[in-house]
Amino acid sequence: MVDIGTIETVPPAEVPDVELYHAKSWITKYVFCQDAKVIAIQYAMTAISIGVLALVLSWLIRLQLAFPGTFSLISPDHYYQFVTMHGMIMVIYLLTALFLGGFGNYLIPLMVGARDMVFPYVNMLSYWVYLLAVLVLLASYLVPGGPTGAGWTLYPPQAVLAGTPGQDGGIILMLVSLILFIIGFTMGGLNYVVTVLQGRTRGMTMMRLPLTVWGIFTATILALLAFPALFVACVMMLLDRTLGTSFFMPAIVQAGEHLNYTGGSPILFQHLFWFFGHPEVYIVALPAFGIVSDLISTHARKNIFGYRMMVWAIVIIAVLSFIVWGHHMYISGMNPYFGFFFATSTLIIAVPTAIKVYNWTLTLWRGNIHLTVPMLFALGFLVTFVNGGITGLFLGNVIVDVPLSATMFVVAHFHMVMGIAPILVVFGGIYHWFPKITGRMMNERLGQLHFWVTFLGAYMIYFPMHYLGFIGVPRRYYELGETAFIPASAATLNVFITVAALIVGAAQIVFFYNLIWSLFKGKSAGSNPWNATSLEWQTPETPPGHGNWGKELPVVYRWAYDYSVPGADKDFIPQNVPAPARASSAKRL
Amino acid sequence: MNITFLFLAVLACVALWWLAQQRITSKPWLETGLVDDPGAPSLPAAKVGLGVFLAVAGLLFSLFFSAYVTQTSIPEPSVVDVKIFPAPKLLWLNTAVLILSSCALQWARNAALRGSSEATAAGLLAGGATAFLFLAGQLVAWRQMIGAGYFLTSSPASSFFYLIVGVHGLHLLGGLAALAWTSGKALGGAPVRELRLRVELCAIYWHFLLLVWLVFFGLLLFTGPVLLDKGVVAWLCSIF
Repeated sequence: MVDIGTIETVPPAEVPDVELYHAKSWITKYVFCQDAKVIAIQYAMTAISIGVLALVLSWLIRLQLAFPGTFSLISPDHYYQFVTMHGMIMVIYLLTALFLGGFGNYLIPLMVGARDMVFPYVNMLSYWVYLLAVLVLLASYLVPGGPTGAGWTLYPPQAVLAGTPGQDGGIILMLVSLILFIIGFTMGGLNYVVTVLQGRTRGMTMMRLPLTVWGIFTATILALLAFPALFVACVMMLLDRTLGTSFFMPAIVQAGEHLNYTGGSPILFQHLFWFFGHPEVYIVALPAFGIVSDLISTHARKNIFGYRMMVWAIVIIAVLSFIVWGHHMYISGMNPYFGFFFATSTLIIAVPTAIKVYNWTLTLWRGNIHLTVPMLFALGFLVTFVNGGITGLFLGNVIVDVPLSATMFVVAHFHMVMGIAPILVVFGGIYHWFPKITGRMMNERLGQLHFWVTFLGAYMIYFPMHYLGFIGVPRRYYELGETAFIPASAATLNVFITVAALIVGAAQIVFFYNLIWSLFKGKSAGSNPWNATSLEWQTPETPPGHGNWGKELPVVYRWAYDYSVPGADKDFIPQNVPAPARASSAKRL
Repeated sequence: MNITFLFLAVLACVALWWLAQQRITSKPWLETGLVDDPGAPSLPAAKVGLGVFLAVAGLLFSLFFSAYVTQTSIPEPSVVDVKIFPAPKLLWLNTAVLILSSCALQWARNAALRGSSEATAAGLLAGGATAFLFLAGQLVAWRQMIGAGYFLTSSPASSFFYLIVGVHGLHLLGGLAALAWTSGKALGGAPVRELRLRVELCAIYWHFLLLVWLVFFGLLLFTGPVLLDKGVVAWLCSIF
């Protein structure tokens, strides 16, 4: 190792306490709180709560697919409402909010060595606008006609027209909720980006940031640039639905009657939606990439392989994600040359992604692997992401996508790559950072039980689903009925998948039980139970107090991955440990 | 989506320039000790925050513009006639007023940098008043459109006109709230050095909104709506 430091220790930077807002009451400390750590927990609790609703909806979807006609509760309208709400909640209100609002808020200030976000008040507003968005979404269950059943992509003109479930108020509330979500996210996103740019402590250069921060930082920039497309689409569709404009509505004859729409373009909506929709995949994936890098390195006691390449890959993936959206629209009748372009760009994005997978694997190579629960989830992610990613390479090709696009193959693909894989990282992250958040360890045995049932169960759900897609079982159908080309065994497989889905869903009770039990009865964690190097584990208090660092901010002397350094006393050297003294070259910066 | 990609290309250049400052080719695994951080923040956080927000808002407007251009360029013979509408000539006057507003705030910023509190307050008030005048002018333009029979729902093109003017106006209203706060402080006798940053942020925001409006105005001129006499268009074209 080269010691390039010209000084060994410097006086830590002091930030006057007056810069922090100090809560004066219980309400301002725990409810309308400006501390990023409390906001993170608020985000996480809200996101997980709404996510449980989406999980229950997925059960109902699966019950209908396995046992069509058995449950009178599940009408065709209800089925489409379940599908729509499940998809939208999982992608936007759970995963995006949890990764950026939850992990981002908790980890960014701690990992960069800041006391808090740079705009704490705006950060607090961000959460409350998000909560409002969630409540508006839930309110759609209370209006006549219920929530929209237009599918999570909300394609016009069908989303706006009579005959689609939730056409009365459901679609309006969905659009308003999304607009609110984007406004709230923009407030939070500004904080995450500017805190990384401006709030880093002394010595914490960008190239010393843990990859978790790089992942969240880049995903936030991606989201800040992608969500405006959804915002524009939602505003325009809202005007189409409420004021009768025709942004996305062509001239339509419905039941023999000319509607008052003219001249609009439904394809324009698809472009706007997917201009947001594809980067959304990486808004979810990039934080997962970052977190899993830190989990693997810490629990394999080995420095991350190819840190610099990992950073570049994150940035390159982010850039490329803006020029692949057309692969979601191959069957929209686009110019074949466009199809060729989007297929090529889609395959190119596999290169930086593969670099990351190789680097994770090489980090594990000859590592001192501890099969802790966070590590199990990280390994589960690695395998699942490769599986889901490879089927993505198939679907990226126009000629393969066209016949498979409307089948269960696509459902299996995107659930593996942006459902199961990121959720495994969410769980891994929670098991990893729970000791810092609460000061207590989560129960290891319950964690392992949770992992194995979830991991194996997820494969029991989605592996067979690929085969259903291959034989042509369509997605979006309420029931298959008598169909010549679908064998009876498909129905049996559907029952199997549903049973697996019920078990995996129920297994999450183990996780919640563990979470609550450990909060009160878990083993005391100490400040750094995983012997990790990054700054969040070096706080003077656990859980970290308001302002994170006591009187003095930490000073960073090294990158975040000094594990098993030859000649070192321990198998980890925290980022704030100075280099060995070299008095001759000492000077102050 | 050309306008959006043009805007994204500009943002990509800024990002590339910034990344180039961050020693992204360094080998952090070989470096211990304090390294000199060439990418260390040199601007106030509020200014960086505004910059990030303007990137987001700029993309929002560029998407609206892209959608507008895409929509109005779709060949659909049956509705060609309703795509063209006589946008009010009042927009020329409104544009001039917004330019004045932007100039007033630039004047206030310069005054704040010089330390002149009276000139700062005067510039802020002039900027606010002209911005209100601009908004009032935009409302009158809406009424003129309605009076001419071009309603919100007449065609996608006229819908875009109402929508984009409305969204731009809402952004200006938000800016006016910040401007009112800053003006209140200036009139209340706050030391000008404490207001310098806020005045500068207001001026930057105003320039941004002026730029957005000029781009939209240019689109109106050259992508469909008959905005002014052909003679004036010919004169403009001869200049460029």
